Amino acid sequence: MTLSSLLRITPRLAPAARRTRAASTVNTSTVKPLDSILIANRGEIALRVGRTAADRGIRVTTLYTDPDSRAQHALSSPFAFNLGSVSAYLDGDRIIEIAKKEGCQAIHPGYGFLSENSAFARKCTEAGLVFIGPPYTAIEDMGDKSRSKEIMTAAGVPCVPGYHGANQDPAFLEEQADKIEYPVLIKAVKGGGGKGMRIASSKSEFQAQLESAKSEAMSSFGDDNVLVEKYITTPRHIEVQVFADKHGNSVALGERDCSIQRRHQKVLEESPAPHLPDVTRKELWDKARAAALAVGYEGAGTVEFIFDNDSGKFYFMEMNTRLQVEHPVTEMVTGQDLVHWQILVAEGAKLPLTQEEVEERISQSGHGIEARIYAENPEQGFIPDSGRLLHVRTPATSDDIRIDAGFVEGDDVSAHYDPMISKLIVRGSNREEALRKLAVALEEYEVAGPVTNIEFLKTICKSPDFIAGEVETGYIEKHRTELFAKKTIEDEVLAQVALACLQRDTISGAHTAGVAGSTIGFTPSYQERQLTLTESTGPGSTEGSTFSVRVQQTADDTFNVEVGGRVFEQVVSKLDPNSHIVTSFFPHTRLDTTVIRDEDTVIAFQRGTQYRLTLPRAKWMEKALGLKDVTNSVLAPMPCKVLRVEVQAGDVVEKDQPLVVIESMKMETVIRSPQRGTIARVVHRQGVSHASFPLARIPDPVIQFFIACLLRIVLYGCIEIVTLLLTLDFAISIIRFMFMANVPCRINVKAGHRWWNSQRQNSYESTLERKINIISMSFDLQKKKKKSRGSPLRICHN
Amino acid sequence: MRAPSPLALRAWGSRLAPRRIAPLSLNLPRLACRTVASYTHPHHASALSVLPTAVDTSSPEYQENNQQMQELLDRMNQLHTKIARGGNDKAREKHIARGKMLPRDRISALVDPGTSFMELSALAGHGVYDGEDVPAGGIITGIGTVEGVNCMIVANDSTVKGGTYFPITVKKHLRAQAIAQENRLPCIYLVDSGGANLPHQADVFPDRDHFGRIFFNQARMSSLGIPQLSVVMGPCTAGGAYVPAMSDETIIVENQGTIFLAGPPLVKAATGEEVSAEDLGGGQLHSSISGVTDYLAVDDAHALVLARRSVANLNYPPTTTPLQLENGKGDSLVVKEPLYDPNELNGIVGTNLRRQIPVHEVIARIVDGSEFAEFKRDYGSTLVTGFACIHGHRVGIVANNGILFSESSLKGAHFIELCAQRRIPLVFLQNISGFMVGADAEKGGIAKNGAKLVTAVACADVPKFTVVFGSSAGAGNYGMCGRAYSPRLLFMWPNAKIGVMGSEQLSAVMEAVGRSADPALKERIDRESEATFSSARLWDDGVIPPSQTRKMLGLGLTAALSGKSEPDVQTRFGVFRM
Repeated sequence: MTLSSLLRITPRLAPAARRTRAASTVNTSTVKPLDSILIANRGEIALRVGRTAADRGIRVTTLYTDPDSRAQHALSSPFAFNLGSVSAYLDGDRIIEIAKKEGCQAIHPGYGFLSENSAFARKCTEAGLVFIGPPYTAIEDMGDKSRSKEIMTAAGVPCVPGYHGANQDPAFLEEQADKIEYPVLIKAVKGGGGKGMRIASSKSEFQAQLESAKSEAMSSFGDDNVLVEKYITTPRHIEVQVFADKHGNSVALGERDCSIQRRHQKVLEESPAPHLPDVTRKELWDKARAAALAVGYEGAGTVEFIFDNDSGKFYFMEMNTRLQVEHPVTEMVTGQDLVHWQILVAEGAKLPLTQEEVEERISQSGHGIEARIYAENPEQGFIPDSGRLLHVRTPATSDDIRIDAGFVEGDDVSAHYDPMISKLIVRGSNREEALRKLAVALEEYEVAGPVTNIEFLKTICKSPDFIAGEVETGYIEKHRTELFAKKTIEDEVLAQVALACLQRDTISGAHTAGVAGSTIGFTPSYQERQLTLTESTGPGSTEGSTFSVRVQQTADDTFNVEVGGRVFEQVVSKLDPNSHIVTSFFPHTRLDTTVIRDEDTVIAFQRGTQYRLTLPRAKWMEKALGLKDVTNSVLAPMPCKVLRVEVQAGDVVEKDQPLVVIESMKMETVIRSPQRGTIARVVHRQGVSHASFPLARIPDPVIQFFIACLLRIVLYGCIEIVTLLLTLDFAISIIRFMFMANVPCRINVKAGHRWWNSQRQNSYESTLERKINIISMSFDLQKKKKKSRGSPLRICHN
Repeated sequence: MRAPSPLALRAWGSRLAPRRIAPLSLNLPRLACRTVASYTHPHHASALSVLPTAVDTSSPEYQENNQQMQELLDRMNQLHTKIARGGNDKAREKHIARGKMLPRDRISALVDPGTSFMELSALAGHGVYDGEDVPAGGIITGIGTVEGVNCMIVANDSTVKGGTYFPITVKKHLRAQAIAQENRLPCIYLVDSGGANLPHQADVFPDRDHFGRIFFNQARMSSLGIPQLSVVMGPCTAGGAYVPAMSDETIIVENQGTIFLAGPPLVKAATGEEVSAEDLGGGQLHSSISGVTDYLAVDDAHALVLARRSVANLNYPPTTTPLQLENGKGDSLVVKEPLYDPNELNGIVGTNLRRQIPVHEVIARIVDGSEFAEFKRDYGSTLVTGFACIHGHRVGIVANNGILFSESSLKGAHFIELCAQRRIPLVFLQNISGFMVGADAEKGGIAKNGAKLVTAVACADVPKFTVVFGSSAGAGNYGMCGRAYSPRLLFMWPNAKIGVMGSEQLSAVMEAVGRSADPALKERIDRESEATFSSARLWDDGVIPPSQTRKMLGLGLTAALSGKSEPDVQTRFGVFRM
């Protein structure tokens, strides 16, 4: 699958758009056509924008950073410039400088990065460049929460009712609550993490809840000021795509329901929103257009509303002043190329369609839905993953199936940027058909390498409430048991994986003289082998169940396979080493399974399901590789604070004598000597805290470890970076701990002069085992976002 | 099938050519016309060699044969399956409880996946020792592929009498070494043996081809550049200690393998020193202090992985098939299977050796594409000679199709000379009751003509393989490369019989020379002629199912011809008595 075909935008869009553009050009005297643009973004959106631009004969200049130098967007244009460091996509001045130097007329910011940076938009304009987006004043207005609410309220757009004032008189607050209508949320002004937060579902319980909230706020934050807001029991996230031009026209290109979210980020987006009365829909569109006009908007924008499923009311949340990740959904249901619209508006042309024309198209186009494919592990709280895409197979694209991808097989999903691999957008004549098509397309979508959310997306597509359109922002949490139900691995899958492993090794090494593996003579075969496979439930989790598969080769390509007491006889099996597909004819069925092996991890795709298995190491390996022999260093089992050091350098200690007392997670733990010996050095003194690990050293004449510990910035709630220099086995135990504790973090490990960034514990361990025993390691604890910004951007400040 | 097409083509060509040229050469005399060479399609050319078949699988005779052979094969299968279990259940359980792998599992773990292990002489020791059951002679030998290299694997089975060496064990071990030496195969010894079986020490220790010869062979093979590797997975006491000690590289399993010249009881008796087996000769000691062993393994699986690594580091040429050699890649590895089902051999041959077996039918089910380029087809037709391929290896086939006459002997000698000169391996398909006797035969000089065949067989310095598919009697055995003529491998079909002569003839001769035949004699001779009796005493390298003859020969040829190439020996024949 070539990238260009992945990115192909429904071809039938083009002629209509081209016609309308010509028409608008004739009518307007102020149109200044653009012939060269610079894309100040990366990944799929840079490719997406570049594609439309190239189709219109506009020269595209792209930018990249050091880790992105081989990324697809950087390779897509001959005009590609290096910005340098990881975070340089945010270096507006440098980008403007390149644009000027290269003679670009306009800058398209994509989404994320500089797209909603009013200062950058302003600088562009001042530098004489066209910023493809709204005027910076509109960005400024919408970027300020309270200001945007004022503007919206003035324009008649409903906002979430609430009282945020200083009057804390309980009677007054109750009066406000009555006005807002119950249920209401009482929230401590300084609150967070659910503390000082109460819900009053009726007037009768308001005072009691208020008192409780205030007292908890007082004890937790030393401040009992609260605010009162409308509480929405089953909220939905519905947004409207709007477009405005320089001539005072604005259209609403339909709405999108983005209620399926995890970690406050969208996973599935669809249009039209299910179960939305037409009256409400029209009202949403009108309010969205009003909102755009209120700020003198130009170009593409999205007005986000929170929709109360119980009352049917909706409230303005915020306006995103850019093209959004999920814009292809709208493109699918309107048949328009929104990037082209953006360029037209930036050129000064009129909007290609009127509201009536748009509505006519929407009424004919059925249902669109987008699934975001992320490198992340849903089972581990959706922690992002990274690494090389070892295998990518995508469903065939068509008018109704579109893939916007930023990566191809062999690319690295970098830990520095957003872990979104691609977007899969599907259109059907109605919602049911669109969902069926999406489910099928997801089953055909194979990605091996980093853990992805594809399996999770498949599960959602088959979730009955979702199919029924019962969406809400808390959907994933509410349906946790259903969505994260443990899946069983069929015997055939294990058989296929075992056959693939064996045959892969056979192809690479054996010279069989035409009698491959068959039984010869009267003696029974010598080719019966047992393979052990472990279910891989994700990094750091406790070991999954272990299966053993016995495979006996009886003739060329013929095997008897025994899995869990079930025997498949005379299975004719053949592995294609190029496609990694093992095709086997079992007595009862034929199976084609793609089996990808990455070190100790095996990823199998069979009949539209992905299975992740681990190859456990043989018993002898632990001992042979000396993994269990390190008893000379005393290490804390977890990040901790040293409470007391009970020994001094030079002390002779007996086995099990207390050495150090540590505190961690409110528990005191005594660390005892693993053997008799003399203390060589106490690395950390009492009170040294945080994540200090090597505690004391008992010297060993044979092994000498160098251990040093280096702590840096530890700021709660901010990005935390801890750099440590520590020993191999301890690094592994930290990685284990971080995953066991489910800390959402990204761990960067340095061994030698190479860095690994990944969440995959197994791959760490296997990599580390083979490397040196002094490594350096850092954590980037990810800042939890308070609310969705639509943008999946996340930058780790290293 | 045979031949008509090229002939027809040629005739057609010669008819056509003059007619076409005629208008241009009207003035020229007809003889001066240049004819056009006919083009023969390659598949037409190869059709020339394809053997036809006359087997009627629905005939009652075939059915009867098939059924009798099948019964025999079933018996052989049962016997081999029983032998493959090794020692008794108690011994096996004890073995496994110690964390050790059974010897056959060790071999499975050692060889490459997707390759076949050719076990040799599985019947060794079967019924040889009264009251003592020694399955497979207590030792498993065979050719297996390790890291792409054909190796001779010798594995002691400690579940059989503690892995001690019976006389047959020694013989089997030495035979394996002889095969390794001839074929230049690296040797891997999986040692787990209690040493010589003391009650049988007289037949194990003193003679030339007894225990000491194992170490002699190891030293000689090592000197010839044939690697010797040992994996010590159990005790190696006294003489046995020299197996690892004489090897090029040695791996030992800790807390399991031991090497010492005298075990703890003997040490105590000799010097009064009390020492544990592990301290006296365990893995730790030998790997870190004495240096007797080179690698220390945690368990059997680890040791075998180390052994595979050692083989990979031998820098030994990997096993290749001829087609791989030709195109250098092996991607178009297409070996034509025989046109006829090899399983039909059962019905063709049967178990009654009094019936003549049509040898062309046998060859047609062994060679690639059933293509056989027969040499001197119509001369001395009781011996069939010709060229063919087996799994892509070109071979010369010498096969009996009746009694040997003077003509057939001369033809055989001629053909063997051709093969020796061209360095083509020879395959003897043996079903011979002897050379022709009688006044006419003697007048014709059958003795000297037979001798020519024997001389040719004895001197031909090419890899020779023998398969006995019927009887093997008298001097015919010599002329057809019997055991004494050192074929690289010699296999017997389950129906085959071997002996000076058939039991009936033997009784008749005995009576003729005035001795009344012992009634039990005939029965004893019958029993002693059986393939199982022969194989139990290692007069051959194994009894094989007829349908697998092709596979066995293919593997044998691969072992003989690939790997480390032999020095280019040109055969020098002895004096042919003319």
